[in-house]
Amino acid sequence: MAEMNKRPGGPPPGGPPHRGPGGGGSARHGFRKPKNLRGTLAKLMQYLACYKKLLILVVCMLVVSSFCTVAGSYMLKPLINDYILPGDFPGLARMLCLMALLYVTGAACSYGYARIMVRVSQTTVAKIREDLFAKMQTLPLRYFDSHTHGELMSRYTNDIETVSEALNNSFGSLISCTLNFTGTIVMMLVLSPTLTLITFAMLFVMLQVVKFVGSRSRQGFVSQQKAVGEVNGYIEEMIEGQKVIKVFNHENIAEDGFNARNEAYRKAATRAQIFSGIMMPIMGNLSYLNYALTCCLGAVYAIRTGAFWLGDLAAFLQYSRQVSQPINQISQQVNVILSAVAGAERIFEIMDAPSEVDEGKVTLVRAGRDADGALAETAADGALWAWKKPDGELVPLRGDVRFEHVVFGYNEEKVVLNDISLYAKPGQKIAFVGSTGAGKTTITNLINRFYEIQSGTITYDGIDVRDIAKESLRRSLGMVLQDTNLFTGTVADNIRYGRPEATDEEVEQAARLAGADAFIRHLPDGYQTVLSGNGGSLSQGERQLLNIARAACADPPVLILDEATSSIDTRTEKLIEQGMDRIMSDRTVFVIAHRLSTVRNAKAIMVLEAGEIIERGDHNELLEQRGRYYQLYTGQAELA
Amino acid sequence: MIKKIWPYARPYTGWIAAGVLCAAGEAIFELLIPLVMSDIVNIGIKTGDEAYILANGLKMVVMALISLALGVGSAIFSSIAGQNFGANLRRAQYAHIQGFAFSNIERFSTASLITRLTGDAHSMQMALTMGMRLLVRAPVMMISALILSIRISLQLSSVFLVAMPVLAVCVGTILIKTSPMFRSLQEKTDALNLVVQENLAGIRVVKSFVKAEEESEKFARRSRDLKATAESAFGMVVINMPIMMLIVNATLIAVMWIGGGLVHTGTLEAGDLMAYFTYIMQIMVSLMMVSMMFMMMTRSVACGKRIAEVLEEAPAITDDGAQPDAVVEDGSIDFENVSFKYSDKSAEWVLRDVDLHIRSGQTVGVLGGTGSGKTTLVSLIPRLYEAGEGTVSVGGRPVGEYTMRRLRDAVSVVLQKNTLFSGTIRENLLWGDPNATEEQLWAACRAACADEFIEKMPGGLDYDLGQGGVNVSGGQKQRLCIARAILKQPKVLILDDSTSAVDTATDAKIRRAFANELKDTTKLIIAQRVASVREADLILVMDGGRIAAQGTHEELMQTCDIYQDVYRSQQEGVSLDG
Repeated sequence: MAEMNKRPGGPPPGGPPHRGPGGGGSARHGFRKPKNLRGTLAKLMQYLACYKKLLILVVCMLVVSSFCTVAGSYMLKPLINDYILPGDFPGLARMLCLMALLYVTGAACSYGYARIMVRVSQTTVAKIREDLFAKMQTLPLRYFDSHTHGELMSRYTNDIETVSEALNNSFGSLISCTLNFTGTIVMMLVLSPTLTLITFAMLFVMLQVVKFVGSRSRQGFVSQQKAVGEVNGYIEEMIEGQKVIKVFNHENIAEDGFNARNEAYRKAATRAQIFSGIMMPIMGNLSYLNYALTCCLGAVYAIRTGAFWLGDLAAFLQYSRQVSQPINQISQQVNVILSAVAGAERIFEIMDAPSEVDEGKVTLVRAGRDADGALAETAADGALWAWKKPDGELVPLRGDVRFEHVVFGYNEEKVVLNDISLYAKPGQKIAFVGSTGAGKTTITNLINRFYEIQSGTITYDGIDVRDIAKESLRRSLGMVLQDTNLFTGTVADNIRYGRPEATDEEVEQAARLAGADAFIRHLPDGYQTVLSGNGGSLSQGERQLLNIARAACADPPVLILDEATSSIDTRTEKLIEQGMDRIMSDRTVFVIAHRLSTVRNAKAIMVLEAGEIIERGDHNELLEQRGRYYQLYTGQAELA
Repeated sequence: MIKKIWPYARPYTGWIAAGVLCAAGEAIFELLIPLVMSDIVNIGIKTGDEAYILANGLKMVVMALISLALGVGSAIFSSIAGQNFGANLRRAQYAHIQGFAFSNIERFSTASLITRLTGDAHSMQMALTMGMRLLVRAPVMMISALILSIRISLQLSSVFLVAMPVLAVCVGTILIKTSPMFRSLQEKTDALNLVVQENLAGIRVVKSFVKAEEESEKFARRSRDLKATAESAFGMVVINMPIMMLIVNATLIAVMWIGGGLVHTGTLEAGDLMAYFTYIMQIMVSLMMVSMMFMMMTRSVACGKRIAEVLEEAPAITDDGAQPDAVVEDGSIDFENVSFKYSDKSAEWVLRDVDLHIRSGQTVGVLGGTGSGKTTLVSLIPRLYEAGEGTVSVGGRPVGEYTMRRLRDAVSVVLQKNTLFSGTIRENLLWGDPNATEEQLWAACRAACADEFIEKMPGGLDYDLGQGGVNVSGGQKQRLCIARAILKQPKVLILDDSTSAVDTATDAKIRRAFANELKDTTKLIIAQRVASVREADLILVMDGGRIAAQGTHEELMQTCDIYQDVYRSQQEGVSLDG
């Protein structure tokens, strides 16, 4: 059964699911050693804990199947010695039946354990995946700022895949290989301790080879991985910029740059592949050498002692072929497992990352006035919003936002906002103006607690925002961001993203307010047109209109518009102005805009520079001040 | 597919041949070894001839060593061949992509081109490396093992007549059943990854709309869907191995039974029977290898097809109609009845019946709403797209008469979505003119108003921009792109909304610099702001793919409603100017 020990579930016909570029891919052959093997394994074990009984069953099946494999080979000896040579055919038939029984049992067990492992591994991996995703949703924005999308994406594509592969094959393989190996050695010792010595000697040589070649192939893979990264990085950058390359006739130079990296990759990869490729033939042929030596010496031994039967020799030779197989496989599987553990470690790193803190107790509820005018909590259709304090007291939501001496920095060293105090009274439109990096967006990110302030307080209707449950806080604030992110689904789905229960009518109403209705009706399926790839078929301006419609549909008490109309041309902007005014009416609105015409009618305009409010007032007051706003407005200063 | 891909492996036929020969040799030796062994048992032990045993033992050792050398050789040669093939494939694809027109790039999309260059090429090279070993080894082993076993006993070999078809049917069935499962597995994996991608990109939206739970639920649904598919697919795959083992073992038992009889009647030596077992193993192992190869191949074929698609894609724009010595004489531009749509199938024209005449050295402003065709109009001038109907001429000749190199050297475009590449400011600027002197670089930067901030950067021109130019602001990036374009000293300079992030004062300064320093260059400026084009010699107002009006600012203010609209929507700040 020598070479049959390869465990089921080898490479699937479709291959492992495709991994996107830039996903690193290094986990695959990375041999990246896990930093904390024990801890990670313990966590993995927790996921497997609920399958304890199944796993015990798996181990039992493995033992049985290994036993069958070894015993099957062992039967060769009595078969030839006791039945074939003496010509005992009824006995032979009995023995063959027994063998058949062994084989069937073995096959059944190995199918059984493989099938169970498929179930266990797929369920476990799905669980890990779902936990990871749910955890990801709770991470603070800070985490996403400091990790690239590609990096996080590769947790899902590469790392989970390696874990799944290892669970699918390697753990079972490792156990069965070890069992087979031990069983084989034991049987060899039983048959002939003397001849087994030859095998031991050869095994020693093989181990040295595995160590020598293995370490070189690992080194090779490390440098191959680096070269792959270089090539892929170059490809990504250049293909992304392909249009610029064409415009500048830069094709030849881009090609030279590519060829150099491609060549370096080829060299590194060839070396790595050679070292990993020679392992198999070396091990295989060393095992033949072992076979030859054993055969030769065994024959001499058989002649000299006379006690060693032909059948013994046959069985022994069979074992001596088998014995080297597991070594090779064990060393392979250990590598797979190590990289899976390294992958799992990276996954658990995310799971262990601190989530957003939320100690807020105040929640947002729908409310209505009862007969005597007092506020009372109602079902979802209540006309008013109210804050519900932990003691049950209801405070009407008015949209009064105040900053008092707020200090904030994305990291300890660099303060982005310095001692900011401002207020927005209910229903006011407050605008922020200033150049990139002045801190405009940061201010709005503090209101909804994307980031935590270092000192000072932010209050919302007199309640410290830290006392408000984050969910409620964010539900009360509608955000329209400059970067338009749409989700795969229909246009209508995207518009009702913030309020899934919105009717078709409400969706269309929101779209009309945002001035998106006209272009949506021109789409092939109107509101039912399926958008994919972040609405790739739409122009940036159209995506922004959808974004506004989405916020309008959610109908939040307070609205934050962060460069919401930056890609909409001024003429269209003029056209949607009425709708926008209606969206903004009766709400507190924070507006960040590049175009000063957008903020002109704000109740208060704050001019920010280097994290401080340097001017404030309404449009006319600021123009009269002849300060920074005046300069910006008349185009004398840069706004980047 | 193979016809298209094979030429890239052809230069390495030598290595492939060497690898194949080694693999075949190794396989043959591996089979000969049991043959010698059976001699030892049959002749040596029977006669008690120790010398014979030792001599044959030595023979076996030597054979094992040769086989080892061959095996190592085949690993080395196949690695060399495979890696060279992969590198060649990547190189060919990359070079071919360099010839792509914009429309070709858009047809494939950037992300898919990247996948084809990286993942797919890698999978092809692995297929060759593995294929050389397995595909050669398996048939050689199978055939020679078959021959040898038939030689030992024809009668015994009849077992194969039953075993092999059974095996083929079983493996075939599993393969046929699993392959659609794996396709759907792939689709579901993609669907799952899409959710992750969208959530990563839109994490702020998800958080601000408090959708974490719904998104997690959506993810979990797809995850469970994927799980179910994966379980049934892999559940099918794991049947493969036990079934093969069962068939092999059944064959073994049959051989034992029949062989036992033959040994007893004396028609078969006991040693031969033992050798026979080994051959059975080998035949079955090689069959397994073949079935594994098939599984691998299904994937490689898909990858190969995707690569072939790239290689087969004919560049939409070629130099076929060009006169090699044609040089762009001046910057005059003429559109005669030009119409354009992005694909033949699409019903809507992006540009319709455009007639336009621009004299060399003029400054032309282009205004128009989103989707009015501004970018398309200017893209036809450097022949980034080919006009569908009518002719576009530069310097008095149709653009197709120039080689693309000559034409694009003369027509410089600053794209709307522009890219800086990783490297220093200097390296990026040198794209415009690799031989530019220090003075020329600074002059271009001055004209683009980029000199001030570059001087403030640590290292000046040698400041590292980081990948994609992340280390500079949007406005600075735009000015660097303009400087890069100016360095080409073009006859025509096109700015496609290239100063949108630059403040109005700097914008005006850049325009003044253009007027003074690029007198002979025709300048086309697409802009959102009327102020940016107000002083132009000619202003085009685009609407719905047509030029709705053209003229100077004053003329348009009299005649064009759209222009007046745009003007009015922006004039507030401007009015304070005076």
